Amino acid sequence: MSVALESRAPVRPAPAPPRRRQARVNRPNALYLLPALVFFGLFAAFPLVLVLYLSFTDWNGIGTPGFVGVDNWVRMFENEAIWDVTSTTLLLTGLCWVTQTPLSILLGVWAAGAQRNRAVLSALFFLPLLLSTAAIALLYNRLFDPYVGIGRGFEPLRNILGTTSGALTAIVIVVGWQFIPFHTLLYQAAARNIPKVLYDAAYIDGAGGWHQFWYITLPQLKNTIITSSTIMIVGSLTYFETIFLLTNGGPAASTRTLPLEMYFRSFRSYEFGYASTIASVLVIVATAISLLIVRFSGFGKMRSTLEGL
Amino acid sequence: MKTRPNYAAGALSAMWLVLVGVPIYVMVSWSLQTRDSFLDRGPLAIPGSITLSNVAEVLDSGFMRYLLNTVIVTAASVGLTLLVAIPAAYAIVRSLSWFSSTMFRIFLAGMAIPAQATIIPLYLIINRMQLYDSLTAIILPTVAFGLPLVILVLVGSLRDVSAELYDAMTVDGAGPFRILWQLVIPMSKGAIAAVGTYTALGAWNQFLFPLVLTQDPSMRVLTLSLTSFKQEFQINVPGMMMAVMMTALPVFVLYLVARRWLIAGLAGMGSK
Repeated sequence: MSVALESRAPVRPAPAPPRRRQARVNRPNALYLLPALVFFGLFAAFPLVLVLYLSFTDWNGIGTPGFVGVDNWVRMFENEAIWDVTSTTLLLTGLCWVTQTPLSILLGVWAAGAQRNRAVLSALFFLPLLLSTAAIALLYNRLFDPYVGIGRGFEPLRNILGTTSGALTAIVIVVGWQFIPFHTLLYQAAARNIPKVLYDAAYIDGAGGWHQFWYITLPQLKNTIITSSTIMIVGSLTYFETIFLLTNGGPAASTRTLPLEMYFRSFRSYEFGYASTIASVLVIVATAISLLIVRFSGFGKMRSTLEGL
Repeated sequence: MKTRPNYAAGALSAMWLVLVGVPIYVMVSWSLQTRDSFLDRGPLAIPGSITLSNVAEVLDSGFMRYLLNTVIVTAASVGLTLLVAIPAAYAIVRSLSWFSSTMFRIFLAGMAIPAQATIIPLYLIINRMQLYDSLTAIILPTVAFGLPLVILVLVGSLRDVSAELYDAMTVDGAGPFRILWQLVIPMSKGAIAAVGTYTALGAWNQFLFPLVLTQDPSMRVLTLSLTSFKQEFQINVPGMMMAVMMTALPVFVLYLVARRWLIAGLAGMGSK
């Protein structure tokens, strides 16, 4: 184990005085970073600043954005609908986390163990990872259709997209179907790295399967749980395609989330300034949640679960 | 020590297999039936007779054009990503200046940027660059948003290259570019394959950037074309399912050929 850890550590030889002149010659300079910096700066970092600026304008998609101060922000906070949209977004995020996390952990731990036919099974497991979000959403959109879908022969699914709770459930099912394999993969990799001595010691102490899972596996997976949860939560906050193509925010506007509201306000109603306000909220909420998770989980310190071994 | 089989987890996995399997089975089964046969028989029934007539219908609706667009977007995204990310990762690992370590921290923070929240400013920028409604408009932001993770994975792999190898090349009189070409790239082939596969998968399957940055059918990519298939085919659900399968077919082939790198690329996302 220690060998693997050492090789992970940054390899930066302290430049000894006699070698210094050479070191200056053979090391890459800032030019090597420049192309990446230009791409990232122009199309990822700059838009982040620009969206905040646009939220203070009345831009309609064409022409020059005109500065209107905090009008859009006042309008947004006075708008009742935005609170519904926000609570739908948070509800969906919560539901997705609660369903996906336990399932991914259990499946991942199972997949990390030894059992027959695992190769075949895991190949099937990961099939959803290969399909695009658009393909999956449209597949389920047809599957859940009351006239042509599975509901034709299975009453509980017949009108699933027609009611608010049904549509929310459908989104949670589809998102889980798509992403549980990915998170399973993370947990599988992490579970394989748990030192076997821990289980041997527990076995000698008489701990059963459940105790081993609860007192060894779960604590050892702590860092992975945090990573996976961050990806899951930030991902759920920003789901667009799945909801757009599965329910289109319906029935009525009951499954409209912040990204959908932003899209409809901009590319459908041409209120790009107001939509930028919603986008800014999205950025702020996503960043705040990431920071909160990092802070309260102690992930920033990155304490190794292997300490003391 | 003999481990007891985990029956509870096994049962759960079997259930999951059914949940994954049923929609896949339905997709394949529907896509191989005619519309009438699909409507007559139940949605879960095994097809009475198999037909490939839906393939022709999908091909007739412009599939090849959209396929070509997707291939161009994917190839260009992978090429550009590797072209700018490999030198950047090399500089981050080997350069001693404060600039490279600051850049690394910026790229790390960049992973938290939700792409969805930037589509409005991107639309403005792309319009001002006179690139709206072109494949380039899709490629540029795709590369930008892929970079942070790609650079992180590459940096992780480059740090495993031992300092002695660099020193040896320096003694031979190699400059930074020759070191990049003859040492860094050959030593990180596995990581390059993994991030390349990962980038390809993301570029192939993306939907949002094409949706907001293109308009004309001649610039349509496969994922976007699925929504138009849905409208064109209305109740021709078998045709729709065949279209879904055909968009995923190249990815499936890639999966069979490069399964190891695909999984490694996907797992790379978790190591952040």
